[in-house]
Amino acid sequence: MSARDLWPGLALLALIALMPFVASNTVLNFLLSALIVALAAQGWNILGGYAGQLSFGHAAFFGMGAYATAILQIRYGVNAWAGLAAGIALGAVVGWVIGALSFRARLRGSYFALVTLAFAEVLRILANAADFTGGAAGLLIRLSPGVENLQFPSRAVFLWLVAGTVAAVLLLTAWIARGRFGARLVAVRENEDAARALGVDVLAVKLRAIALSGAVTAAAGCLYAQNFLYLDASIAYGTWISVEVLIACVLGGAGTVLGPVLGALALHGVGEVAKIVLGQVAGPVPGVDLVVFGALLVVGIAFLPRGVMGGLRRLVQRFPR
Amino acid sequence: MAEAVANGLLAGAAYALVALGLTLVYGVLHIVNFAHGALLTLAMFAAWGLHAAFGLDPYLAILPMAAGFMALGYGLQRWVIGPASHGDDGNTLLVTLGLSIVIENALLALFRSDTRTLGADSGFDVVELGPMLLSRPRLIGFGVSLLAAALLWAVLSATDTGKAIRAVAKEKLGAQLCGIDPRHVYAVTFGLGCACLAVAACLLLPTFYVNPRVGNAFVLVAFTIVVLGGMGSIPGALVGGLFVGVVESLGGLLLGESLGQLGIFVIFILVLLLRPTGLFGARA
Repeated sequence: MSARDLWPGLALLALIALMPFVASNTVLNFLLSALIVALAAQGWNILGGYAGQLSFGHAAFFGMGAYATAILQIRYGVNAWAGLAAGIALGAVVGWVIGALSFRARLRGSYFALVTLAFAEVLRILANAADFTGGAAGLLIRLSPGVENLQFPSRAVFLWLVAGTVAAVLLLTAWIARGRFGARLVAVRENEDAARALGVDVLAVKLRAIALSGAVTAAAGCLYAQNFLYLDASIAYGTWISVEVLIACVLGGAGTVLGPVLGALALHGVGEVAKIVLGQVAGPVPGVDLVVFGALLVVGIAFLPRGVMGGLRRLVQRFPR
Repeated sequence: MAEAVANGLLAGAAYALVALGLTLVYGVLHIVNFAHGALLTLAMFAAWGLHAAFGLDPYLAILPMAAGFMALGYGLQRWVIGPASHGDDGNTLLVTLGLSIVIENALLALFRSDTRTLGADSGFDVVELGPMLLSRPRLIGFGVSLLAAALLWAVLSATDTGKAIRAVAKEKLGAQLCGIDPRHVYAVTFGLGCACLAVAACLLLPTFYVNPRVGNAFVLVAFTIVVLGGMGSIPGALVGGLFVGVVESLGGLLLGESLGQLGIFVIFILVLLLRPTGLFGARA
């Protein structure tokens, strides 16, 4: 049933891919950062949405990907595409390690949320203190546009790359959701003990979910680094990304194929509008977009507990064809 | 060294009070209240505002602040968190996270990230105790924290409300059948948790700074304490608080400030991984 979300999703991404022909650079920049958040949120969705393990620390994976690409390029002169691959692999490894530690200790629910948050914070403090990561001053990736450096002179090509990645993960998610693995994820989410009784290897399923989730979110981190060419510890491992991907998924519809993408685009849009509107009234005010995000989270859970996708589905079911 | 231990104990008392509110809410509602840190920040801003606007001494503000935050907490749980989460634990977790984001960033938007202090010198008053020099506000904070904890203990064990709270914590359905309204009890508990925060905020203010992110510094410490002491255990929160205060003080002395921060998180992760039921918690 969730594969039905696939076509509208691909159509939406195709529409976004056409934007460079009509829209200004401001709009393209907005779409780029929204799609990067969408990609990170797709990662969260596999673990939090399908497998039901709420992570409050996905910044750990996002930052791992971002730092891996940046450090490999700057310190070791590795090609950016290889850096991207390494970042994705590292995201999966870190996910697996965090998962192996915390799922083996049988942490779930709020305990799992807390421990993921703590892992992200530890990484942030370490990245902020170490020389290796550029410390508090952060890292600058040298500007040298060229396909081989994963930097493009025009915003359009990068947008196509990011939109293509989001589309690929959309396909991957739809494929997982239809298959055996997706069914196992949902079984673990709905009732872990029942799933175990039916012969599902709960630990293995969770580990695969968190590794995959970490890899996807790390890819978003790599692309973030390549897009902005700058990062520091509070960007890469900051709570903002953990919070934004979580809210994007919950609002869009956790455990649906299209939910995270819709949620991220809507959330980012609302945040920008809030910043602009309040900015015109009172000058730049820090934190306004986050106030709106938090309020949307509370209101969303109160009135649309299954997210926008759940709401749409209910609407569709109310009018039988 | 002895001074570091004593200072750690004094700081730990304030931690214990923050953790007490958290553990109480967890013990009864069975949810981790992610808004706890943001509510502490709010309380510190409120106490600071009372001082800045009316010259009210933070120690005199303890009682009105506690009453005000009791009411605030009651309202939040009764009309926001409870109805919004439809009785699902995962939703409650997310709603409190949403609340914390709103509170913290609203404070950031209003007050910017400037750091404020009371501006009085009283923060540096010291008391000589044998060979040690101890800060007077911290000593007062220690005494009042223990008093507040004792008071909470008395409320829980001796009053009808306390009995109702314990009944709901143990067996919600049974309590409901005895004519207790769990929604009311939940809200009262949440209010008590917030009142603890208000007291802690008043005690911290003379020696601490206030900015929109200050609660974060405490909330992870408080989570660590609660996990260490056992989720929902009140003596656990007290002992855990004092212990973490000492560890932090010694860690700062031996490792320096920036890595001393790390110690808390490492303890936190280790406790969660190795003994998630804590030192005093019942085996799950």
